[in-house]
Amino acid sequence: MQLMTLLAGLALATALWSGVQAINAEARASYDAAAATLGEGQFAQITARDGGAIPQATYVALRRAGWAVSPVIEGRLEGVRLIGLEPLTAPGGLGPVRLDEGADLGAFLSGEGQILARRETLARLSDTGAQKLLSPDVAPNTALTDIGLAQRLLGRAGEIDRLIVANVQPLTRASLAQVAPELVESPPPEGGDVARLTDSFHLNLTAFGLLSFAVGLFIVHGAIGLAFEQRRPMVRTLRALGAPLRRLIALMAVELAVLALIAGLIGVGLGYVIAAALLPDVAATLRGLYGADVAGQLSLRPAWWLSGLAIAMGGTAIAAGGALWSLARMPLLSGAHPRAWAMGRQSRGQAVAALALLGLAGTLAVWGQGLMAGFTMLGALLIGGALALPPLLTQVLRWAERLSQAPVAQWFWADTRQQVPGLSLALMALLLAMAANVGVSTMVSSFRLTFTGFLDQRLASELYVTAADTAQAEAIIAVAARDADAILPLLSAEVTVAGLPAQIYGARDHATYRENWQFLQAVPAVWDVLARGEGVLVNEQLYRRAGLDLGMMVPVGAGLTLPVLGVYGDYGNPIGQVIVTEDLFRSQFPQITALRFGLRSDPARVESLRVSLRNEADLPDTAMVDQAALKAMSLAVFERTFTVTTALNVLTLAVAGFAILMSLLTLAAMRLPQLAPVWALGLTRRRLAGLDLVRAIVLAALTGALALPLGLALAWALLAVVNVEAFGWRLPTYLFPLDYLRLGALALVAAALAALWPAWRLSHTPPAQLLGVFRHER
Amino acid sequence: MLLNLRDVTKTYPGTEAPVLRGVSFDLDRGGMLALTGESGSGKSTLLHLIGGLDTADKGVVAINGTDLTPLDDVGRAALRRGIVGVIFQQFNLIPSLNVAANIAFQARLAGRHDPARDRILTERLGLSDHLHKYPEQLSGGQQQRVAIARTLSPRPALVLADEPTGNLDEATADAVLTLLRDLVAETGAGLILVTHSERLAALMPRRLHLRAGLLA
Repeated sequence: MQLMTLLAGLALATALWSGVQAINAEARASYDAAAATLGEGQFAQITARDGGAIPQATYVALRRAGWAVSPVIEGRLEGVRLIGLEPLTAPGGLGPVRLDEGADLGAFLSGEGQILARRETLARLSDTGAQKLLSPDVAPNTALTDIGLAQRLLGRAGEIDRLIVANVQPLTRASLAQVAPELVESPPPEGGDVARLTDSFHLNLTAFGLLSFAVGLFIVHGAIGLAFEQRRPMVRTLRALGAPLRRLIALMAVELAVLALIAGLIGVGLGYVIAAALLPDVAATLRGLYGADVAGQLSLRPAWWLSGLAIAMGGTAIAAGGALWSLARMPLLSGAHPRAWAMGRQSRGQAVAALALLGLAGTLAVWGQGLMAGFTMLGALLIGGALALPPLLTQVLRWAERLSQAPVAQWFWADTRQQVPGLSLALMALLLAMAANVGVSTMVSSFRLTFTGFLDQRLASELYVTAADTAQAEAIIAVAARDADAILPLLSAEVTVAGLPAQIYGARDHATYRENWQFLQAVPAVWDVLARGEGVLVNEQLYRRAGLDLGMMVPVGAGLTLPVLGVYGDYGNPIGQVIVTEDLFRSQFPQITALRFGLRSDPARVESLRVSLRNEADLPDTAMVDQAALKAMSLAVFERTFTVTTALNVLTLAVAGFAILMSLLTLAAMRLPQLAPVWALGLTRRRLAGLDLVRAIVLAALTGALALPLGLALAWALLAVVNVEAFGWRLPTYLFPLDYLRLGALALVAAALAALWPAWRLSHTPPAQLLGVFRHER
Repeated sequence: MLLNLRDVTKTYPGTEAPVLRGVSFDLDRGGMLALTGESGSGKSTLLHLIGGLDTADKGVVAINGTDLTPLDDVGRAALRRGIVGVIFQQFNLIPSLNVAANIAFQARLAGRHDPARDRILTERLGLSDHLHKYPEQLSGGQQQRVAIARTLSPRPALVLADEPTGNLDEATADAVLTLLRDLVAETGAGLILVTHSERLAALMPRRLHLRAGLLA
């Protein structure tokens, strides 16, 4: 039983850790491939100021003016990200693609051309006439080809999206403003590349994996501790017979190492299964949130399976270290019987440690800065809460004993108090699992509630359309002026505010914004002041990261700064945002014309509006998105985001339930000497079994009672500290009592189920076995 | 007649030879006897059958005219609560309760708790200064006195003592046994003392000897 407990606990813990690391490793490999493909984050880029395409002639002009630039075109072809490069001028060639493995540069550049991609990506592309070449180093869902072929396949002849600027440029080249004033050069993005953007997401996953491992480690610690306690008499006997202590310790250590390796291998295998199951949801989440493409299939990368084995071995070493040390220091003439391992008194040191950690968490909550401080606070909160559980339980049970009148009730509370040390590790695991559930579910539900309302605010227009060019934009305006209730142009440009990349939007003064938008803080009559061009609105991310406040000045264009009038929530947006009036925007960015519009209309007339736009503005359906579809898409991304954490939540709770079951089964044999006297005095086995079942439920209920405030503290920490540090925006905290009740009921059911089998075994224990407790040596 | 055994036979699963073979004897109210025999002779098994802790395969075990054999678990538990008290060699106190609670436990279960009687018992057994201690804080002799007090508190009709002094030194054993005998005699209960000590057996007015499951 102990062997199974040890192997199962370690394997489960390793599985959850390895699964998370496998997902992270696969994602990071995809980011690296994407970055290598286009040198993202390595090279400056030249783009059109208005966000449109760059004519090929402009590229030629720049080359003639001495600029070392390489053209890139990019688009979606049958759902695949198609990138067109010019291999002769692209810095780094074709990125990770190796030209010496069957790729023929001549064939690449001429004739029908070639397309390089991963196997699954090539499978999604229909026959274009170009040769398909397998290249596993290309980023997931991405295909590389010559720019000429890409222009043809995307229907964008003569167009370029951007120019990659080589790091080394001729000193004598003409300035960009002289050659192409409509273009702008941007430095390599700092903090905006995919790997950094997704750092927080992966950090969250890692933190969850670590939490799950910690829960599993409790099981391992318990099993190892009990096993070593029961070995004390054997060790004493062997030493008395002359066996060297060092050899005994070494043998036991080797035994543990072998078991850890076996459990680790099983855990890594299970982790692969878990990761493979969760990876599609993770990939969809990352694509939706960050535009990051992650391979949908898992590879066996040494980074994660080696880390899984290492953590299994390391975790076992930590769990066994104390027990081995205790055995090594045991006097030769110590008592033959195992110390009352499951009947010991609570360590005062544990309560002190709990107080110290909770104090640290409180200190960091008030004065901590940065994401690491946030996670440290979380760790201190959870571990401190877990360590506080046994002494708190003991005290509550002591009160219950004093208050009870009937003899059986009095014995029940006293006996339950005595079981706390033996069950403490399993109960701590349950506490952590429940607190994590409360915390994360509160965060997710608060997010969902806020997000739903947020979408209603921000997606107020019934139809969103995107024009291909200014001519089409004018056609859209003409149709909308006749058939829509209002036209809201979506004007935007890239700016830098306080050294941070941001977007500036020009908003038309309309009731759509006045009636729907809500502010976190704002000056009185904010919309009127904004309409007069006397200030700007900023999103929460910019407000926090740039250290802004109401009234502080923000640059909005050449030589113009305006005060902050209001701060609005902008959940899910990784970068800062500034909003000015449409007129002010156009005056600062005259070269930018609106190509995207929000159209207001009676919902009943949206379909006819679409038909008009299709027929009269030649607008394809793919360029029109209605509000309901957009909301559904946003919510779908949101739901998938938290599918992963929900899954990990459930798994962690299951591990805790397993921990309780293993503890109860392991302790069952040790319980007989405690139960046999009570049975002999007149309680039936059935009643004792029933009381054991009630005991498990009571302990789970008391644990749940502590898990609730701990979980709410965790939710606050996630929403008010970690989320703010990671994403720059803060969500309001809502409470969901029904959810907590459901979780509590689930925990009670889990505890009852875990206790059912041991209780059944007790109720069917033969009297002879109970009497065996009373037998003595003659 | 307090106790009546007729042709009691008991065989444990997995063994061929019966532990008890056709054991028969009677005990009157207030009667006391020592049950002796070598290790494995069936002494404790016989005591467990009489105490309702186990059931005989054949024969009759009757206390106050009630045959225990057909009783179910609930019936035998009721017997153990109120009618029969068992004192074990290993004391078997409840570790989670203090001395006072241990002494009162069985009487409270039977609904016959008398705090005055507990006070008398604790004084006679020298436990007055130890009422708030827990079993692990007591010596062997003190623990056995607590076990005696617990058994006698509900005034059982029959007291079964299974090697009650087996873990005590000779002087303590004599003192404990004398006290037990006197207290039982005061209540008019019956007493069966299982012992392999000839010296202690000699202190009892009647003696039965078991050899290989048979009464000699």
